[in-house]
Amino acid sequence: MTRDAIFEKVREVLVDALAVDEDEVTAKASLVDDLGAESIDFLDIVFKLEQTFGFKIAQGELFPENVMKDPKYVKDGKVTTEGLARLKERLPHVDFASFEASPEIAKVATVFTVDTLVNFVENKLNKA
Amino acid sequence: MRWMWIDRVVELVPGQKLVAVKGVSLAEEHLHDHFAADSARGLAAAPVMPASLIIEGMAQSGGILVGHAEEFRQKVILAKIGRAELRRDATPGTTLRYTATAERIDAQGASIKGLVELFDHAKPGEGYQAIGQIELVFSHLDHNMGGAGQTGSEFPSHNFVFGEGFKTLLRSSGIAVS
Repeated sequence: MTRDAIFEKVREVLVDALAVDEDEVTAKASLVDDLGAESIDFLDIVFKLEQTFGFKIAQGELFPENVMKDPKYVKDGKVTTEGLARLKERLPHVDFASFEASPEIAKVATVFTVDTLVNFVENKLNKA
Repeated sequence: MRWMWIDRVVELVPGQKLVAVKGVSLAEEHLHDHFAADSARGLAAAPVMPASLIIEGMAQSGGILVGHAEEFRQKVILAKIGRAELRRDATPGTTLRYTATAERIDAQGASIKGLVELFDHAKPGEGYQAIGQIELVFSHLDHNMGGAGQTGSEFPSHNFVFGEGFKTLLRSSGIAVS
């Protein structure tokens, strides 16, 4: 599947899950900041991506569940260097550049853009 | 007043589908306010089941389907109403039928598609008519406190979701429950 085709389908998922208009779903749009995603929407997005693309997404594969729970990786509300390294390793589809400057755990969800999801699907479909 | 918005589970395919019915009755207290007569506007009373409670009935149907799939060990809570469309009113003397179909159930929660149908006892020949669709997302509270990396709220350790009211419903519907 081409990246464009993946983008189209991801856009449909987000229009459905977040009740936004098609034209709001741009590649760089942040799920939380631009599209108004809340925590439960992340679970809904996982379910809808699974249904759309026919693969299974394990807990923590798309969004960083497990890393955030480990005390080694989060200290005083900030992600540690080790934590950041682990995040990058586990989530290659995410661009953490903007997060690194101020890695507050409460803000981690803001790095997720539409591109993040497209990257994830692309990687997963290529591995299959 | 017990908060049970379904009367009986009539079909259960574990992990896949649950069908429940609810009779709408004039004995339900809230119907006399929903809607009460409005003499100022010359309107007679019009008892109609609130749409929010129809959604609750669907949520209870879906919640039981999801909970039953894990032997009621999980605290299944309704987390999101994705979409709810209801095209007709449910009035006293009708029966609502909820069909909850599981699209996905996993450790974190579940995604359920719901069909709402209505049977008018004054028009039995018409059978059950589809009157709406409801899409729901449930969360397994102990596994997923709302989403990606959130912590904070403390919840009781016992399963407060599936209490005696639900157990009575299940037993009288012939579903085994401990």
